[in-house]
Amino acid sequence: MTAGGATTGGAHPTGAGEAGLRHDADLSGTRMTTPTPAPNASGPASTRSPAAGLLRRGLRSSPALMAVVLLTLMAVFAILSPDAFPTQGNFRNLVVDTSIVMVMAVGMTYVIVAAGFDLSIGSVLVFSGVCAVKVMNWVGGQGYWTVLAGLAASLVGGVAWGLFNGFCVTRLRVPALITTLGTLGAALGAANLITNGNDLNVAQKAMLQLQLASVLGLPWIVWVAVVVVLVGAAVLRYTRFGRHTYVIGSNDEAARRAGINVDAHLVKLYALLGGLAGLAGMMSLIRFSTTTIGGHSQDALTVITAVILGGASLYGGYGVVLGTVIGIFIPTVLQNGLIIQGVQPFWQNVAIGFILIAAVYVDQLKRKSRDRA
Amino acid sequence: MPDEPYLFEARGLVKSYGHVQVLRQADFHIAAGKVTSLIGDNGAGKSTLVKIMSGVMPPQGGDLLLHGAPIQLASPMNARQHGIETVYQDLALAPDLTPAQNVYVGRELLKPGLLGRLGVLDNKRMREVAFDTFTALGTDVKDMDASVAALSGGQRQSVAICRSVMWARGVIFMDEPTAALGVRQTRHVLDTIRRVAEQGVAVVLISHNMREVLEVSDSIQVLRHGVRVAEFDSTATVEQLVGAMTGALDVAS
Repeated sequence: MTAGGATTGGAHPTGAGEAGLRHDADLSGTRMTTPTPAPNASGPASTRSPAAGLLRRGLRSSPALMAVVLLTLMAVFAILSPDAFPTQGNFRNLVVDTSIVMVMAVGMTYVIVAAGFDLSIGSVLVFSGVCAVKVMNWVGGQGYWTVLAGLAASLVGGVAWGLFNGFCVTRLRVPALITTLGTLGAALGAANLITNGNDLNVAQKAMLQLQLASVLGLPWIVWVAVVVVLVGAAVLRYTRFGRHTYVIGSNDEAARRAGINVDAHLVKLYALLGGLAGLAGMMSLIRFSTTTIGGHSQDALTVITAVILGGASLYGGYGVVLGTVIGIFIPTVLQNGLIIQGVQPFWQNVAIGFILIAAVYVDQLKRKSRDRA
Repeated sequence: MPDEPYLFEARGLVKSYGHVQVLRQADFHIAAGKVTSLIGDNGAGKSTLVKIMSGVMPPQGGDLLLHGAPIQLASPMNARQHGIETVYQDLALAPDLTPAQNVYVGRELLKPGLLGRLGVLDNKRMREVAFDTFTALGTDVKDMDASVAALSGGQRQSVAICRSVMWARGVIFMDEPTAALGVRQTRHVLDTIRRVAEQGVAVVLISHNMREVLEVSDSIQVLRHGVRVAEFDSTATVEQLVGAMTGALDVAS
């Protein structure tokens, strides 16, 4: 009996805080072991008003908040420089600039929703691009078959690093932060070994055609990004694969007990992100006609920032692709607008850095109030 | 022992961790449509017995009989396929998901046709069926679209119980389902337990609370030092139960 009483007291999660006080008013005094019921035991059960529920959901909906931030930014820049910012040419620049990181950000959304993490994507992009150029040169020819061979090589290279990341995280139990910090260095090192540290140039005619050709006024790589975003968003939102991703990020033990193969799913997610980094490597080759070995060290940070700004929780279980899309555009628009204004674009780095910290702080607060409830 | 076999029965279970013998020839049996309580002091072997009967670990000796036929449970999933569900003390809910999504974790319904083959979820149907189950068990989930994290402790418990009820085809083990709850919510969970049993499911309740056990159970079986030392029906008194648990009374089963 005493043991039962102790369990009752100890296991109850609500210790302090106003949330606990409010909704536990009818619990605290009247445990099963307490002989006399407290007077408020006959009061209404802990009801929550619908308004409070709406408010809570609104707070959780960071994508909506971030969309407002993005639109405000765009409006401000449009007013400040009506000739330069809200132009077709400028918007075209914006979407072309973001398309490569956008593809990786979709994959990163999955990994972060599942409470994972990946720092290596920039290096994997470079490695995959190097593989693609080497294979295209080895295959020879100038046509689209050569490009396809290159694409296959970049995808294989990317997926291979993703599988390796997933293996280390799930089987060897090396934390994702360390695993991908390791592959961040290793993949870039391997790329440099293959090329002796020099960038490789792309000479295939078909690659140059892809760079110049446009559909509905936008280059091919933008449309690739659009397709990846749409498919990625739909799969995460509507399919069993997506649902399992959320469950694993929310409570991996619950997922395991429900018969979900958590390790296999995580490996798939890292492989997916690796594959998308490979695809981004090919897009980068098409856009810049060179392997840009030194140009992607910041990619992982850009992408992770976007996913977090888009409302995903670093602790897993929550996040949507649409939010990530907004999260990619906020820093890009800010930088673009500042450059047009003639302000030092480095202010963008400063601002985004602090916004990122604020975003995670708010997420932390939400979690705390939630777990207390 | 009656002529009709029990729904689920453990005979002579043996389990030890290193040199510590936790179960020594422990017996336990469960009948359909009844609430059976398993009580015992800390360390008596209750949770080990439940873990074996729900497929978490294999016994080192003894038999499990489902409908009178011996079975082996390789894993909790395997047990679930035999209609044996467990409500864990930590509930095993995903806090970011809604109640309906939690109920269907790992057993999601897919849309019919091509979309289903692509893995597209039938959220509408899952929500409806979950809602009906909650209603049938008298659980008032205030907001079906809020995440489980926003629910009260009692409601979370109810969601976990409803999930097991939805899938149980024979047996539900409930490990201390009321340990973290207040009076009103405990009342509700006990009512739910009775309602589940009335649907023909065998409910196994593990609890420290004697009054609760006496109120809700049809059969009470007492474990002490890894052996079942007594079996009571609901007419027993708290003194008898405590006596059997501590060994003060020597009651043969």
